[in-house]
Amino acid sequence: MAKVHRLISVVLRLAAAAAAAAAAIIMVTSHEATSLFGLELEAKYSHIPSFIFFVVAYAVACAYSLLVIFVPPGSAASRLVVMTDVLMGMVLTGAVAATGAIAEVGRNGNSHAGWLPICEQVHDYCNHVMGAFIAGFVALILYFLIIMYSLHVVADPMCPCH
Amino acid sequence: MDLEHGKKPSAQPSEPCAAQQVEKKLVGLRPILLRASALSATTVAAVVMGLNRQSYTAVVAIVGTRNLTQTFTTKFKDMPAFVYFVIANAIASLYNLAVVLVMRRRLVQGRVQHLVLVHMTDMVIMVLLATGAAAAASMAELGKNGNLHAHWNPVCNKFGSFCTRGGVSLVSSFLGVALMLALNLLSAAANAPRAGR
Repeated sequence: MAKVHRLISVVLRLAAAAAAAAAAIIMVTSHEATSLFGLELEAKYSHIPSFIFFVVAYAVACAYSLLVIFVPPGSAASRLVVMTDVLMGMVLTGAVAATGAIAEVGRNGNSHAGWLPICEQVHDYCNHVMGAFIAGFVALILYFLIIMYSLHVVADPMCPCH
Repeated sequence: MDLEHGKKPSAQPSEPCAAQQVEKKLVGLRPILLRASALSATTVAAVVMGLNRQSYTAVVAIVGTRNLTQTFTTKFKDMPAFVYFVIANAIASLYNLAVVLVMRRRLVQGRVQHLVLVHMTDMVIMVLLATGAAAAASMAELGKNGNLHAHWNPVCNKFGSFCTRGGVSLVSSFLGVALMLALNLLSAAANAPRAGR
């Protein structure tokens, strides 16, 4: 039973690491340059602090997932890992929320603040960022599954059958 | 009976295991204080942002000798992220109020965090609060610094007190998230299995 738990846990963490790496890489490679009425318009992820936070958060989550695979199960460190899992999940949640807010302004603009939407000018960039956002969401769902699974294995509050 | 006949009481029962000692210390942290603080923090955040509005009049044109003025108003409803922020904080404060009212006796005895239902809904509400706070914080950063590359001008130079009040509300909401995280940890400690693993 312990071996099955360990296997499922390792598989989930590898999948989450892959999804987090994908989200970070897709966001980093988003780049487009157009010219509008003679004005050079360049769109990169590094222009927007929320996107930088997104990239950093997911890169850290990927590295963390890969490192945590080497923690021996059942030790004191595995309880700490459950807590850091929750912490990581919350950081990723914040990253996704911040990116979503900025992406919404980029797509719809905000007439009250005088901010024009930029998605008509840099259409491919917007779709690229949307792809990164979806990948980030998938990674977040996988993280949620990891948290639920570790809670079930390490400290089961609902059915104390371990 | 034995005590009355002068017999010494038997030796202390076996020392409570380490997890029980830790749990006793955590219960002594008065989860009622944490719950009440989370309630007040989220309520303050929702109310301050909900009542946040500012307007100023400026001269936009001069016709002959008359000045034409226009009033510029900004309210929290202008930004969808702030609307979500107010809704999330309102939900969280209503939930905390419901827990405090419905379980006031158990809360005073410090036995609420043992309930699994409270633990689970606490986690859900905490994450909802965190997303609201993160989205509003990114919009606040955009409003304060603008974004030159997208030709989005900052608005905080014109609407100073709107930005200040929004900042206060954001800080209060982040405090609420931290307090609910503390409540979550208390629940996790209280629900941990007891017998030797």
